[in-house]
Amino acid sequence: MTALAHVSTPAGEPAAPPTPRRGRHRLLPYLLLLPGAAWLLVFFALPLLQLAAASLYDPSGSLATGYAMTWAFGNYPAALEQYWPQLARSFGYSAIALVLALLMGYPLAYGIAQKAGRWKNLLLVAVVAPMFTSFLVRTLAWKTILSDNGWVVGLLRDVHLLGPDGRLLATPFAVILGLTYNFLPFLVLPLYASLERLDPRLLEAASDLYASPLRAFQKVTLPLSMPGVIAGTLLFFIPATGDYINAELLGTPNEYMIGNVIDSAFLVRLDYPQGAALSFLLMAAILAIVFGYLRKAGTEEVL
Amino acid sequence: MKLRRWLADRWVMGVALLVLLYLSLPIIVVAGLSFNRPSSRLSYDFHEFTLDNWTHPFPTLEMRDAVIRSIEIGLIATVISTVLGTLMAFALVRHGFRGRAGINGLIFLPMATPELVMGTSLLALFVAAQIPLGFWTIVIAHVMFCVSFVVVTVKARLAGMDRRLEEAAMDLYANEWQTFRRITLPLVLPGIVAAALLAFSLSFDDFIITNFNSGTTVTFPMYVWGAAGKGIPPQVNVIGTAMFVIALAVVGASSLQGRRARRAALAAPVAAVGAPKSAS
Repeated sequence: MTALAHVSTPAGEPAAPPTPRRGRHRLLPYLLLLPGAAWLLVFFALPLLQLAAASLYDPSGSLATGYAMTWAFGNYPAALEQYWPQLARSFGYSAIALVLALLMGYPLAYGIAQKAGRWKNLLLVAVVAPMFTSFLVRTLAWKTILSDNGWVVGLLRDVHLLGPDGRLLATPFAVILGLTYNFLPFLVLPLYASLERLDPRLLEAASDLYASPLRAFQKVTLPLSMPGVIAGTLLFFIPATGDYINAELLGTPNEYMIGNVIDSAFLVRLDYPQGAALSFLLMAAILAIVFGYLRKAGTEEVL
Repeated sequence: MKLRRWLADRWVMGVALLVLLYLSLPIIVVAGLSFNRPSSRLSYDFHEFTLDNWTHPFPTLEMRDAVIRSIEIGLIATVISTVLGTLMAFALVRHGFRGRAGINGLIFLPMATPELVMGTSLLALFVAAQIPLGFWTIVIAHVMFCVSFVVVTVKARLAGMDRRLEEAAMDLYANEWQTFRRITLPLVLPGIVAAALLAFSLSFDDFIITNFNSGTTVTFPMYVWGAAGKGIPPQVNVIGTAMFVIALAVVGASSLQGRRARRAALAAPVAAVGAPKSAS
């Protein structure tokens, strides 16, 4: 039997492929994948390894003299000790911004998905419209809106929510407002996608069974929209935590987040080991929070 | 009961519209400021109406060059990432191969990694490999983060495609190349175009990754960042408004095109059924 099989499959040819097309194109998928995968391996994965290596370089080296690899694990506690306030602030600000974004984004996504009727597509375009223009330019626009001479500050001073010398710009409030604004569309889109699939008859059924609107929301709408909430939360939280544009343009060094520190470590102070260690700390912290959150939320299928 | 539901409906839409106002406020301000003659270089308040910014959109050569460079980088990065991403999408949707999970992870991870980490790690690589930073390192970085978005966009289009159309073409003796050229490609093209537009806008607007890998090369976002300390020329708002209008026009045109195509698709069978009737 085996001998026969050997005879019937001449050198190199695999035994009868499932379809002739598949057989001829065995190599094709690998050829199609090769350029893109190679690009990602060389310019995404490999750099991460290099960053890990750089975070363990001898901290007494410099860019000019070159760095020696000394497996200096001490770079991590040293960086953490010096910059834990900025790291904590990054997570604090983006957590507050996330709560604000959920409070604003949920009604927005729900309204568009369930109540907007024929205006649905137009309102969706309005949600993503801010992303049509430059991130930096629209963040700078908040500088105008929140400026000390602007109408927002004037109004808040008139109603005594703000003291006569009170200001909004260059405060944590401005930075959090900017973060909320800049990443809100990332939260709304997946939320909209899951709320759009919600069958309104389920809510009617809940109401027929004497559920109050609040209870129907708790028991029907919210659980069914959880995949959207989780995806939106991640899409909001990851870029918001790593952002430093809002802190730079709308805040002061007192509001600096970890990104500002990393930026200056690599581009101003040229302290690569420290910058690399802080980058890895940021990524590790984000990953830990994301996986902890996913486990708690109980939906592994999002990833 | 009816009244309460009516109120509940309006309440949600009311909040939704307020949130939309919050989202649109900066664009309105940017458009307004593009017609502003500021009272001083560091003032961002509306002072006086003028059309000068629009008639002279580039106050300095530096800004003009930055915009041109961003467009160049955007176009090159778009072409490369669209080709690489489309090929990968075809492999993922149309072919079985070993290591699918690994490839999926490689495509997903760049979208989930903070830009900051991608920017610093690429810088660490370029410095270690002694590659001089500049135009081409920016292109390399932009292709890297655009590819995944291209794959996801084209994949969605490919996965939703009816395979039977291609089988029909093959049944009618079209060879593989003809089938691809006449059937597959036209059907996937809207997805590829959408992916290319997405890639261009991601590249044109990127700041964080570019900031780490640009050396002394200045793109438009880099220019705005550098000018933020010294005072932003009001013309920056002209570029911002123009970007917005162009993007809106593209979206509008594509949705109109989509509507026309859908209408044509609906009309075609009607015409086909109608033809013999009128003949008989």
